[in-house]
Amino acid sequence: MQMEQLYQEIILDHHRSPHHAGLRDPFDTEVHHVNPTCGDEITLRVALGDVEPGSGSAGSVVVTDISYEGMGCSISQASTSVMTDLLIGRTVTEALGILDEFTAMATSRGTISGDEEVLGDGIAFAGVSKYPARVKCALLGWMAFKDATAQTVSRPNDVVTQTGGSAS
Amino acid sequence: MTSLVAGPGHTDTGSPAFNSEAIRADFPILERTVRGGKPLVYLDSGATSQRPVPVIDAEQEFLTTHLSAVHRGAHQLAEEATDFYESARLRISRFIGAPSAEELVFTKNATEAINLVAYSFGNATYSDEPEAARFRLGPGDEIVVTEMEHHANLVPWQELCRRTGATLRWFGLTDDFRLDLSNISELINSRTRVVAFTHQSNVLGTVNPVAEIVEAARKVGALTVLDACQSVPHAPVDLAELGVDFAAFSGHKMLGPSGVGGLYGRYELLSQMPPFLTGGSMIEQVFIDHSTYAAPPARFEAGVPMTSQAVGLGAAVDYLNDLGMPVVAAHEAELTGYALQQLSSLDGIRLIGPSENVDRGGAVSFVVDGVHAHDVGQILDNEGVAVRVGHHCAWPLHRRYGIAATVRASFAVYNTVSEVDVLVDAVQSAQKFFGGRG
Ligand SMILES: Cc1ncc(COP(=O)(O)O)c(C=O)c1O
Repeated sequence: MQMEQLYQEIILDHHRSPHHAGLRDPFDTEVHHVNPTCGDEITLRVALGDVEPGSGSAGSVVVTDISYEGMGCSISQASTSVMTDLLIGRTVTEALGILDEFTAMATSRGTISGDEEVLGDGIAFAGVSKYPARVKCALLGWMAFKDATAQTVSRPNDVVTQTGGSAS
Repeated sequence: MTSLVAGPGHTDTGSPAFNSEAIRADFPILERTVRGGKPLVYLDSGATSQRPVPVIDAEQEFLTTHLSAVHRGAHQLAEEATDFYESARLRISRFIGAPSAEELVFTKNATEAINLVAYSFGNATYSDEPEAARFRLGPGDEIVVTEMEHHANLVPWQELCRRTGATLRWFGLTDDFRLDLSNISELINSRTRVVAFTHQSNVLGTVNPVAEIVEAARKVGALTVLDACQSVPHAPVDLAELGVDFAAFSGHKMLGPSGVGGLYGRYELLSQMPPFLTGGSMIEQVFIDHSTYAAPPARFEAGVPMTSQAVGLGAAVDYLNDLGMPVVAAHEAELTGYALQQLSSLDGIRLIGPSENVDRGGAVSFVVDGVHAHDVGQILDNEGVAVRVGHHCAWPLHRRYGIAATVRASFAVYNTVSEVDVLVDAVQSAQKFFGGRG
């Protein structure tokens, strides 16, 4: 495989100038995830809000912000950046659906090229799936998002009333 | 059996009598290509080394002719297998400078060897056998490690401290990648019971001053545990002369099989230590409510042990003895010196380890400015160069130097100077790839 196929320009661009980087308030949950094999780390915050205030079900809860800070390789940094573009503004249900598609592509060993309609710039990471050692890099930010979101929606209090809280 | 000194034709000056081509021919894997036809440049022997044909053959021979459980059975195969196993123990024990074969316990790897010591000390803490007393630990006692340890020689001691209430302390590191011994007399004091440290760092390459540390430990009656994983495969090591109480190593890092390693322990200590794993083969007498234990090394080899692996490791030390460890060390020193020189001549490369080729072995770690180690490793891999990237199971060391990950090239006797050139070219490709497309 040509390295240009693995490290597509989109990936290098996101790596050089990551979108939505830095930690912001308000947020509902902050998590810290590490990749124990290489030591890469990410601190990620998720803020969720209701589409229709008070409706409460996960289907109507929207990802209002994802902010993050971390150390990692170009793949993990770029993947997190692309993820924020894709998921901010979506409902939690939509976001988890996109996450599932991205995960399926990244772990497919090159057999799933990814649907651009759903994954947008995310399909640039299809090449990563051919390098099993890099799959965890590509998924670091996504798994942190999944965890932070799960923690937020499973908390008894209505999520929209919470800002600035922190778990992890 | 192979003699312990280099045979005729070997000199200790390295290159002149050194037949690199003949050695490489013994390692068939080095002929293969990777990533679309690139010749394999294997620079990851610090993680696991490749195996020469005689090692593979010895295992095969054992499996096709003598396989049986050792120290059990009343038949001829059991007798033969036991002889092979014990002969391997004898040759390996000589290779590491153990005064007797009984001072070498087979374990599955170095990690298990170190855990064996730590768990035995933990068991001593709860034993009322008088002879276990010297290993007992409790609040007020101290265990000393170093900031450069592999997790295998750190986490077991953290756990032992947690279980016994002892306190963990550690040597720091200097900015020039050596152990900071400035506070040795404070650190190793009358409360110190165990000093566990590495002979050679798997990241920095730094070789530690064993004699000085052993002397300080002896003065206060502390036991020493040497992680010899990265020294035994690469240079002549005489554990008795070094004077350590225990030492651990792994077969798969010294041209031998995986699944076998060793714990060296002074017999006097082994014979007083309580067992770690218990069950078959390690007992003297068993009653329904209690048991007594066999003498070492059997006491520490519960269950049916690895056999073909031990036999393979015996063949590996024969192979290394035939080359001559001084010759192996000289060759690797030449590669290390050349790599240090070439890498430090590049802009944007920071060596993480002594840049001077003194008291250091063949692990050469570095960071490339602006490019994460994983990304460097990917480009190197694409050029056929196999290195390790990450924290190499030495996370506290990386934290000490404020870095998340390094690239590590590590050498073995089968590597060549031209492979170092391929490495250096590939590092420059990585710089170009990530810098040039900006
Ligand atoms: C210095 C050092 N100690 C301990 C170990 C652990 O060896 P093993 O994984 O074979 O038990 C290693 C190998 O990674 C090492 O390099």
